[in-house]
Amino acid sequence: MEVNSYRPVDHCFDEMMRTQTAPRAAYQKVREWLAAADPASLDLRRREAEILFMRIGVTFAVYGEGGDPERIIPFDIIPRVINGREWDLIARGLEQRVRALNHFLVDVYSKREILRAGVIDTDLVLRNPAFLPEMNGFTPAGGVFTHVAGIDMVRVGEDEFYVLEDNARTPSGVSYMLEDREIMMRLFPDLMAAHKVAPVEHYPTELLTTLKSVAPSSGGADPTVVVLTPGMYNSAYYEHTYLADRMGVELVEGQDLFVDENRVYMRTTRGPQQVDVIYRRIDDDFLDPLTFNPNSTLGVAGLIGAVRAGHVTLANAPGAGVCDDKSVYIHVPEMIEFYLGEKPILKNVPTYRCGREADRAYVLDHLDELVVKEVRGSGGYGMLVGPHATKAEQAAFAERIKADPDEYIAQPTLALSTSPTFVDQGIAPRHIDLRPFVLMGAKGVSIVPGGLTRVALREGSLVVNSSQGGGTKDTWVLLEEPC
Amino acid sequence: MLSRAAANLYWLARYMERADNVARILEVAERASIMPNSAGEPQSEWHSVVIASGNEQGYFERYDEISREKVVHYLTVDTSNPGSIRSCIEKARANARAVRTVLTSDIWEALNQTWLDLIGDKREDVARGELQAFLAWVKERAQMFSGGAHATMLRDEGYWFLRLGTMIERADNTARILDVKYHILLPADEGIGGGMDYYQWTVLLRSVSASRSYYYRYRDTLRPWQIAEFLILSEEMPRSLIACVAEVHSLLDEIAKLDGRRHECHRLAGQIYSHLRYARIGDIFETGLHEFLVEFIDRNHRVSDEIADAYLQ
Repeated sequence: MEVNSYRPVDHCFDEMMRTQTAPRAAYQKVREWLAAADPASLDLRRREAEILFMRIGVTFAVYGEGGDPERIIPFDIIPRVINGREWDLIARGLEQRVRALNHFLVDVYSKREILRAGVIDTDLVLRNPAFLPEMNGFTPAGGVFTHVAGIDMVRVGEDEFYVLEDNARTPSGVSYMLEDREIMMRLFPDLMAAHKVAPVEHYPTELLTTLKSVAPSSGGADPTVVVLTPGMYNSAYYEHTYLADRMGVELVEGQDLFVDENRVYMRTTRGPQQVDVIYRRIDDDFLDPLTFNPNSTLGVAGLIGAVRAGHVTLANAPGAGVCDDKSVYIHVPEMIEFYLGEKPILKNVPTYRCGREADRAYVLDHLDELVVKEVRGSGGYGMLVGPHATKAEQAAFAERIKADPDEYIAQPTLALSTSPTFVDQGIAPRHIDLRPFVLMGAKGVSIVPGGLTRVALREGSLVVNSSQGGGTKDTWVLLEEPC
Repeated sequence: MLSRAAANLYWLARYMERADNVARILEVAERASIMPNSAGEPQSEWHSVVIASGNEQGYFERYDEISREKVVHYLTVDTSNPGSIRSCIEKARANARAVRTVLTSDIWEALNQTWLDLIGDKREDVARGELQAFLAWVKERAQMFSGGAHATMLRDEGYWFLRLGTMIERADNTARILDVKYHILLPADEGIGGGMDYYQWTVLLRSVSASRSYYYRYRDTLRPWQIAEFLILSEEMPRSLIACVAEVHSLLDEIAKLDGRRHECHRLAGQIYSHLRYARIGDIFETGLHEFLVEFIDRNHRVSDEIADAYLQ
């Protein structure tokens, strides 16, 4: 299909086309470029991009399917474009949201005002598996829990952005945002030059500034920052190396660190060196075998003691996961009003909790139009997309919900916006989402314009996860509208 | 620098150097096998290749006889042989992947591309009988790695540990090749005559890429004691034992300057270096070339162990 015969999907907001035939201003030049390019050369560029990704080693690992476990995530060469006005709205909404989430975390680990005010159910928080009693009464340096948050958003209309999910533990994907841009600059320099695209390559510098801002006061003028990885078999290992590399800090594994008198040291060729800030890409459960999972070989014995003694800062702080649970998600708009006294800028998707009887009855009655998710599921696994499921699949899911209602939530199926995507059949609309990365340090919030756009490459599919046939696109925030 | 990162760099360099060396000895054996062979058994050349590779035992656990085809398979693409070219490149790349942050992108991409080619297009080269092309490719990739390191890496600990790995491995390799062939250098050995000797010496020099430089250096016909001197005691010959040890010695000095600490590896490397520096080839022949080489290999191993002890763990 050529771009001139590209038509939006019915009842879906299309990022490129304002009407069936008229493009939006922000996509004008992209559309002209697509109209002028011949499909064979686009295909050549697409393959070139794949070769570059393989050579650079931008891979993630899928184990247990046989063959080489290292895969690349499919990359779509057609950028996703956001105009300056739209980005401004998104950025304000993100900052507001992350500030509220952070307030919430500081609060539930100290005074618990929001629980005492009855805004959020106490059990929902304190009995949540992601709530860490070990962190009770502790406020991390600078009052920051969520140093890096990845907020999953979708668009359904002109100025209608919904947040699907908050990721406040160890969100990944930022290296794709950065590498996608690198690849676009290598493959399509002319197209980029024709636009004023807000740069993203300063993300690692922003991250380092954020991390240094929350160093313990004992850390001295130039704190030592490290990235803690579970190791090269982790699916996001590439990203860990990438970020350490671009920040110019050491990439360490648990075995490289040890704790002595509540201080953390790394083993170097010149003997032990004290570490002040750890950007950890290991889940809470594996951080410290003395406090959490005793079988963890990825963590560092005594780490939580060092954190509580204030001699080292972990980013994100242990226990931050309690704010991104899908059952807590429901209450983010209330958090925004409670802590900031503001109206939420970004919308929350109406959510039914199957644990509540009335909600459950509604969900079971409307399975064919809802998306049902496991409260603690991620990666697009364990979910039912009602409109795309067979009657038998719906029935099977209904049984699972009845057996364990607390474990499920349901949401209306949103008509995710579509964006022109280069697929086997040519240029066709495919559903997309957006994951911007929000940094929060002692001195405030910073957001690199854009984020990671994920695209569901299968026609009609609403699941953008890379493990489920999703790809990525470069995300352009335009500094100026092209005229 | 993290001890683990230093260890990864050290082993990365050792494995790349080993892959390069295995390619060299195979190339020479292949050349020897197409020459008329009047001395010894027809398979002796391939047998000495297996011995020089350092894993003769592993070979005979898998195969009960020596043949060109089996030796070539074992040393190039056999995944069950930890010393095969394929295993070396795989381990080099795994070490590199674990320390991507301290490698320049040129080096990483060179190594990663080598690995991707190896499991892609190059995989069938050997089976298709294109051994020469495969070996040339391995040498080229190894040189791209060392050239990339030389041209792009910061001259700090990372580079020094990388070079240490290269030099320790190279010294081991030259000593092994010499030891496999030491008998042809013995003047007393009457078993081999005339043209055949000359031909064997050429093989020995070629396997360490020293044939042309020998003539350039001595401007003389091949003489066994000169060959031995060249490969053991000549500091300008980059694959000689003394050249490798000299570099190990000075690299360790640089590393010691960083924190002022010296370790057993410094003492040992200094001792081996001065021993070679003041040695005479005549004396070495007198005490026994084989004995000398065996002791050298052993000491070189100990230096490696002591480096690990002081810095890599």
